[in-house]
Amino acid sequence: MRPVRGRGPLGWAAVTAPVHPRLLVVVPAWNEEAVLPQVLDELTAHVPEADVLVVNDGSTDGTAAAVRAHPGAMLLDLPLNLGVGGAMRAGFRFAQRHGYDRVVQLDADGQHNPADVARVVALLDEGADVAIGARFAGEGDYRVRGPRRWAMGLLSAVLSRTAATRLTDTTSGFRGANSRAIALFARDYPAEYLGDTVESLVIACRAGLRIRQVPVTMRVRAGGTPSHSPLKAAVFLGRAVLALVVALTRPMAPPPVPRPAGAAA
Amino acid sequence: MTGYAFAVGSCLALVAFLLVLLRTRKLREKYAVMWFVLALGVSVLSLFPGVVGPLARWAGVQTPVNLLFAASLLVLLLVCIQLSAEITALEEETRTLAEEVALLRLDVERGAIGPQASAAQSSAAPSSGAPSSAPGPTAPDPAAQLDEAPQQQEP
Repeated sequence: MRPVRGRGPLGWAAVTAPVHPRLLVVVPAWNEEAVLPQVLDELTAHVPEADVLVVNDGSTDGTAAAVRAHPGAMLLDLPLNLGVGGAMRAGFRFAQRHGYDRVVQLDADGQHNPADVARVVALLDEGADVAIGARFAGEGDYRVRGPRRWAMGLLSAVLSRTAATRLTDTTSGFRGANSRAIALFARDYPAEYLGDTVESLVIACRAGLRIRQVPVTMRVRAGGTPSHSPLKAAVFLGRAVLALVVALTRPMAPPPVPRPAGAAA
Repeated sequence: MTGYAFAVGSCLALVAFLLVLLRTRKLREKYAVMWFVLALGVSVLSLFPGVVGPLARWAGVQTPVNLLFAASLLVLLLVCIQLSAEITALEEETRTLAEEVALLRLDVERGAIGPQASAAQSSAAPSSGAPSSAPGPTAPDPAAQLDEAPQQQEP
């Protein structure tokens, strides 16, 4: 039995009969009312089997209303701005409590192509616990120059070593997680600067999860361009090094006990 | 000698003020302790100022008063770090509560909260359990909730 589609965000049939892995797409959104409806439309078109959860991270614009107006998306409305890490941990907790087997994180600003969700999910199918949709892995024309690039190179080198696999884009917000990773991240997903990207990967590595990456294309962000000021890049480098040192050396809680299949359904 | 008396008097006033704050529940005991200890230390030094000299020689500080200044700076630094740590803990608690509020609100809106939630889940995490015949934000029938409530207590 395949999950019943077209019943809006409820998906009760999928709750009772989880034959297929149940997929939740989590979209952390902060003041993205302009682009979000289009992203949700594309998600419905490209990933109809997935439930979509938009985590409104304390937006001050009409983000929440935009999600409520969309028939195919659930809204997790945080009362405060917690940052991407806080929004994602809430999303992982939702996924864990509602028995989802996979979570794919996708940015709300439209820079990630919803058509690539299938690639990330395929990587999970191949046995990865955490799948990264990577921007610099050959696909697309996304480029970063100067000191910021060095900082990202350093992060990639260190994390590739930690994960024992080649990772080219450790700050990507396009991620997939299977049930092991969901259980881990529902408990421990840092809200720090770079915590949702770099430190979460270190946490996954240290918990023994398999991390793999798949190339994806990045689209031009609808609003604004990343800053290339050398000072900001230097600050980024410093904070990245600090985040790495803290993440790699901090004491770790024992990995969570795996959830028995179907227990939360 | 009046300077020492002033110091002792200040400490007594500080202790009295702390007690007032504690009695009106404006200060928690775990934060008051360090201030009590500090007041005690200053009182001892004020009553027996002679001990500072040997202490300074032992620490290698030429002017004894500088030892006091350095020590007081160190104490204030530690207090600030402790407060930063407490703020961090508070922020983490706030974050968890904000997530929990949002998750509960979504459950309420989906009508998935209540005794129908699966018994396999902890009571702190009610969620979508049995299939509902009424998709949408309508809550389950309250009467049905009351009827089924005792069953959920049993494993």
